[in-house]
Amino acid sequence: MNRVAIPLAVFGALLALPLIGLSSYTMHILVLVLMWTTIGMAWNLLGGYCGQVSFGHAAYFGVGAYTAGILYFKLQISAWWGIPLSVAVVSVFAFLLGYIVLKLRGPFFALATLASGEVLRITTENMGEFTNGTLGILIQQRTWIEKTWYYYIILAIAALTFVVIRKLVASKWGYYFVAIREDQDAAESLGIDTTRYKTIALVISAILTGICGAFYTNYMGYIDPHIVFALHDISIITIMIVMVGGVATEWGALIGAGIMVLLAEWIRAIPGLGASHQAFFGILLIAIIIFLPNGIVGDLPKITRLFRRARA
Amino acid sequence: MSLLQVQNAYKFFGGLAAVTDVSFEIEPGEILALIGPNGAGKTTVFNVVNGFYKPSKGRISFKGVDISGMKPHKICKMGMARTFQVVKPLQRMSVLDNVIASAYLRTDSKEKATAIAMETLKFTGLYEDRDVISKGLPLGKRKRLEIARALATQPELLLLDESFAGLNPTELDESIGIIRRIKERGITIMIIEHHMKVIMSISDRIVVINYGQKIAEGTPEEIRANPAVIEAYLGEEQHA
Ligand SMILES: Nc1ncnc2c1ncn2[C@@H]1O[C@H](COP(=O)(O)OP(=O)(O)OP(=O)(O)O)[C@@H](O)[C@H]1O
Ligand SMILES: [Mg+2]
Repeated sequence: MNRVAIPLAVFGALLALPLIGLSSYTMHILVLVLMWTTIGMAWNLLGGYCGQVSFGHAAYFGVGAYTAGILYFKLQISAWWGIPLSVAVVSVFAFLLGYIVLKLRGPFFALATLASGEVLRITTENMGEFTNGTLGILIQQRTWIEKTWYYYIILAIAALTFVVIRKLVASKWGYYFVAIREDQDAAESLGIDTTRYKTIALVISAILTGICGAFYTNYMGYIDPHIVFALHDISIITIMIVMVGGVATEWGALIGAGIMVLLAEWIRAIPGLGASHQAFFGILLIAIIIFLPNGIVGDLPKITRLFRRARA
Repeated sequence: MSLLQVQNAYKFFGGLAAVTDVSFEIEPGEILALIGPNGAGKTTVFNVVNGFYKPSKGRISFKGVDISGMKPHKICKMGMARTFQVVKPLQRMSVLDNVIASAYLRTDSKEKATAIAMETLKFTGLYEDRDVISKGLPLGKRKRLEIARALATQPELLLLDESFAGLNPTELDESIGIIRRIKERGITIMIIEHHMKVIMSISDRIVVINYGQKIAEGTPEEIRANPAVIEAYLGEEQHA
C-alpha cells in the first residue's frame, strides 16, 4: 500500500508546490533538485543496482545537451526536439561506449568511464563549426521567462524515471542486474548473459541522463563543453548525490539531490570561498563514506537510533 | 549418445598444465564422480566443461553440440548447471531471490519464477530459510543454496563441485539424500568429491585424475582395486 501511497503523495505535493507562489530563485532550486534527482536515479540503475560504478555520466548528459543544442544551432529547430532525439543519439553512444567499457570490471570499468567523459569533452571542444567549440551554444529566445513550465516538465521526466526504474527493478531484468552486481561469475554460470544485461542497464541509464542533458540546454539556454561534460560538476556530483542519499534505494537520489543542491547554494553564498567549495564536497563525501556508508536512506535505521539515543 | 563428451581436453595457465589430455563421457541418467588429490585439476575440468575457461586444446560436446569456447550462460541455457567449490551466493539477496534469479532462465514471469524457486527450496530443504539474506547463511546451507540455484535453471546435467566439503554428518546425510532424489528426477550428475564414503555409495562411475591427467576410470569397485589410484589418491588420504 505504502509503495503506491508514498510516491503519489510526494508527486501530489510536488505538483502543488508552485501554486503557493514561490520566488523565481526557489523555483530554480527546485528545478535543479528534480533534474539531479533524475540523473541520480539513472546512475543508480547502473551503479547501484547493476553494480557498474560509472565515473563518466557527464558523457551522456553532455551528448543529450549537445543533441538539443546542435538541433537549434545548426538546423534552427526548437531545442525541445532534443529531448526525444537525445534518446536515439544517446542510445547509440551508450551502446558503442558500453561495448568498450563493459568488458572491464571494477576499478578498470570506473576509470574507462571516466576517460570516456573526458574524451567526449575534448572532442566536442575541437569539432569547430558543428559544436561551436569552446564558445558553446547559446539559445537566443528562451521558451518561457517564468520557471513554472520548466518545473512541470522536469517533474514529469523525474516521475516517469521513478516509475520506469521501479518497474525495471521489480522485473526479471532487475533480478539480473542485482545478480550481476553481487557476483558476475555466478550470474554468468546461472544462465545470465552478463554482457547483454550490463549493456541494457547502461543504455537505459544513459538515455535517462541524456534526457536531462537535453532539458538542461532548454532550461539554461547556454551550454559549453566545460559545463555539460564536466568531470567534477556532473560525473562526480552524480555519484555523490546517490552516495549521500543511498545507493540502490528508491528515494536516495531525491534526498541526495536535495541536500547537494542546497549545500552547493549555501556554500556558494559564503563570500570569498571561490573554487575551494569543491574541498567542502570532498570532505562531505569522506564523512558520508565513513559514517553513513549506505547513505541517508540506506542507513535510516541507524540515523533514527542515533536521534533516539540523543533524546534519551 | 553420450550427454557430455570431453575429448583430449587441455588447459594451460601460463606454463602450468592444469589439465592434460583428459577424455571421458557421461551417459544420460548416471552419476559420474571426478576424484583426485588436491590441485589435481578437477575444478579446472569443470571450468572448461561449463565454459568458464576455453579449453587450450581439445573439444567438449554437450548433447551432440560442440560447446568448446561457448559462454557459460549459453551452455547453462542448453541445460548444464554448476555449483562452485568456493561458494558464490548473491550475498545481499535473500535465499529466495537467489533462486528466483536462476529460475528466470526458463520463464519471463515473476509468478512462474517464484513457483519454480519455491519448489526448488522445498526440494533442497531450504524453504524455512527463504527470507534469510544469503550472506548470513551458515556454510552448510550456502553449499545447499548453490545446489538449489543450479537446479532452478532446470538442467539436464548438473556439475557439483565439492558440495559436501565442510558439512557435519547430519548435513552430509541430507545432501546425499538430495543427490539421490535429483538423480531420480532424471538429471545427470557429475560430482567432484573428497569424501570416499560418499563417492563409493552414490556414483555409478568414477574418473580419477592426478596432476591434470586421467589415471583411471571405472565402477567404484574397479577404482577401489586400482593400484594407480591407491598410489595417487588413497595413499595421500592415509597421510592426511
Ligand atoms: N585461474 C588459475 N590461474 C592459474 N592457475 C590455476 C588457476 N586455476 C587453477 N590453477 C591451478 O591449476 C591446478 C589445478 O587446480 P584445480 O583448482 O583445478 O584443482 P582441484 O583438483 O580442483 O583441487 P582441489 O581439490 O584443491 O579443489 C592447481 O595447481 C591450481 O593452482
Ligand atoms: Mg577444486
